[in-house]
Amino acid sequence: MPISNLLNIKNTRKLPDEHGHFGIYGGIFVAETLMQPLKELQIAYEESLTDSDFLAELNHDLHYFVGRPSPLYHAKRWSQQLGGAKIYLKREDLNHTGAHKINNAVGQALLAKRMGKTRLIAETGAGQHGVATATVAARFGMKCTVYMGSEDIKRQSINVYRMRLLGAEVRAVESGSKTLKDALNEAMRDWVANVDDTFYIIGTVAGPHPYPAMVRDFQAVIGRETRQQTKVLAGHLPNVLIACVGGGSNAIGLFYPFLDNTDITMYGVEAAGEGLKTGRHAAPLNAGKPGILHGNRTYLMTDDDGQIIETHSISAGLDYPGVGPEHAWLKDTGRVEYVAVTDDEALTAFHDLTRIEGIMPALESSHALAYCKKIAPNLDKKQIIVVNLSGRGDKDIHTVANLEGITI
Amino acid sequence: MSRLRNCFKKLKNRTALIPFITAGDPTPELTVPLMHALVEAGANIIELGIPFSDPMADGPVIQRASERALGQGMTLVKVLQMVKEFRIKDNDTPVVLMGYLNPIEIMGYKKFAQEAENAEVDGILRVDFPPEEITTESRTFIRANAMSPIFLLSPTTTPERIKYICSKANGYVYYVAVKGVTGSADLDIDSLTDKMAEIRKYTKLPIGVGFGIKDAKSAAKVAKVSDAVIVGSALVGLIETTPQEQLLEKMPAFLKEIRLAMDS
Repeated sequence: MPISNLLNIKNTRKLPDEHGHFGIYGGIFVAETLMQPLKELQIAYEESLTDSDFLAELNHDLHYFVGRPSPLYHAKRWSQQLGGAKIYLKREDLNHTGAHKINNAVGQALLAKRMGKTRLIAETGAGQHGVATATVAARFGMKCTVYMGSEDIKRQSINVYRMRLLGAEVRAVESGSKTLKDALNEAMRDWVANVDDTFYIIGTVAGPHPYPAMVRDFQAVIGRETRQQTKVLAGHLPNVLIACVGGGSNAIGLFYPFLDNTDITMYGVEAAGEGLKTGRHAAPLNAGKPGILHGNRTYLMTDDDGQIIETHSISAGLDYPGVGPEHAWLKDTGRVEYVAVTDDEALTAFHDLTRIEGIMPALESSHALAYCKKIAPNLDKKQIIVVNLSGRGDKDIHTVANLEGITI
Repeated sequence: MSRLRNCFKKLKNRTALIPFITAGDPTPELTVPLMHALVEAGANIIELGIPFSDPMADGPVIQRASERALGQGMTLVKVLQMVKEFRIKDNDTPVVLMGYLNPIEIMGYKKFAQEAENAEVDGILRVDFPPEEITTESRTFIRANAMSPIFLLSPTTTPERIKYICSKANGYVYYVAVKGVTGSADLDIDSLTDKMAEIRKYTKLPIGVGFGIKDAKSAAKVAKVSDAVIVGSALVGLIETTPQEQLLEKMPAFLKEIRLAMDS
């Protein structure tokens, strides 16, 4: 139900409302046991935002531990080859642990510490959020359990071992489709049973309120830095922003500080898998409908009976049947355009960037790059595109090798 | 008078026994016969689970029941047909549907309310649907059709919320006795007694207690302090481990044992 042309940007920036709604999306759809813990989290989070000590500690860790600010890199050779707009890459892959996920993990771990929690739990798909959570757990001396679908454990064995080296327990999830959505179910079940000492670090802008807003706020550092960096490097703000969207945390992190700049075009790129028409994809914004999953109302991959459909993507981090509720709202209002690219297109972009720029992107980020490749040639050379390079591709080399029939 | 109100009125001081089974488990053909057998064994109300692909508040036992049911093509439409079929022989026993919101959301609140009324469903418990999220739309439909919205209370629910939730509930309120998913831990009877007293300050509705009731012994203890005892995972676990041809004997026998312990 599009609410096109009604978008009031000022109003957008005030969302969500106090119950976590972005228009009809978001909210708190959880079992009763979690209502009070979520309320406590919301209060602690809101207080932390105005606590200068908390913010100082967060900024300190983002700088010295994560390595921020991440560079904005002009991909000159790739831009020239495509023959259009100037392409800049926001190098979240250069963060400690190799992806944007650490921005949020540090923020939530500091919040957990502030709330007196001693144990962190997380769900993970590609393993990047699990690694980020295991990392901050080690950093702050907390216990850590990470839930991961057994299918994902197979395709992301390096990250599984990294988590174990960091001292985290990785629990394989065998239920349902054995991927990210099932890991999220299992982490929720753990949280319900252990709410007293446990803090659940959700890795994306989904879940019940306040997670979508909180994760967005911790990731918005990406967009804030990009604003400053494009001004310095190019003398003006970018014309186009592109980011991949699974749950959508790297995308909202880049987009959010630019939402008021209505002349900037934004593309969220979903995983079209083997093609939207085949049904084997993970593109709820392009091919799903609104429903309720994991604590919020959003676009979902659901059948006519309301059962969640199994998704498919070459990239474990995008293999999720839902999407953050703010993206659902931004789609309906028309502020962000959501598109999709296939496994093959993403894989080609993976190779392109690796060979042309010497940067091996994560398969997730390769989706954003693939869309950039489509539109850059049609844009004027003065135009600037910023692509969020949300993570590094080392974790994906087994997947890529397998697809090419190579055993490492 | 609604079936639910009537049921509690007839029971007077006896505690209601509410078995939970997942519709379509172990097979769609066995669900309605099982419902009748449970009533015969002493069930006063039946909670019928709507299978869902992502049962976030359920432990492994009920998760697997959902998977078995969905694997045999169960849908919400078929669950409603089962209630209709049950009503052919039983017009007295209240049936409460329990499940997650998405199947209802996708069917549409208006259509669901109409279909559930046609099937003579007495109550609806949506696990992931706290009363705060009830839109004006869905509330209108449910109220118009006299189907009781049943809500959960939990050990973490604050007094203010107990008051608020009870003001929105009808039929009975369902107290989740343990922090955890279905079928996880044993409940603590002392804290339960205190909690019942606290809840009674805010409502005259009957209070059902579920989660953590595993056998006749624990059911008997809970029956002393509550108005209804809900047995879910223990029963569903029995469905899982019993050969299908023995189910219509073993399930009622298990429930009878519980009923007996509760009444003694």
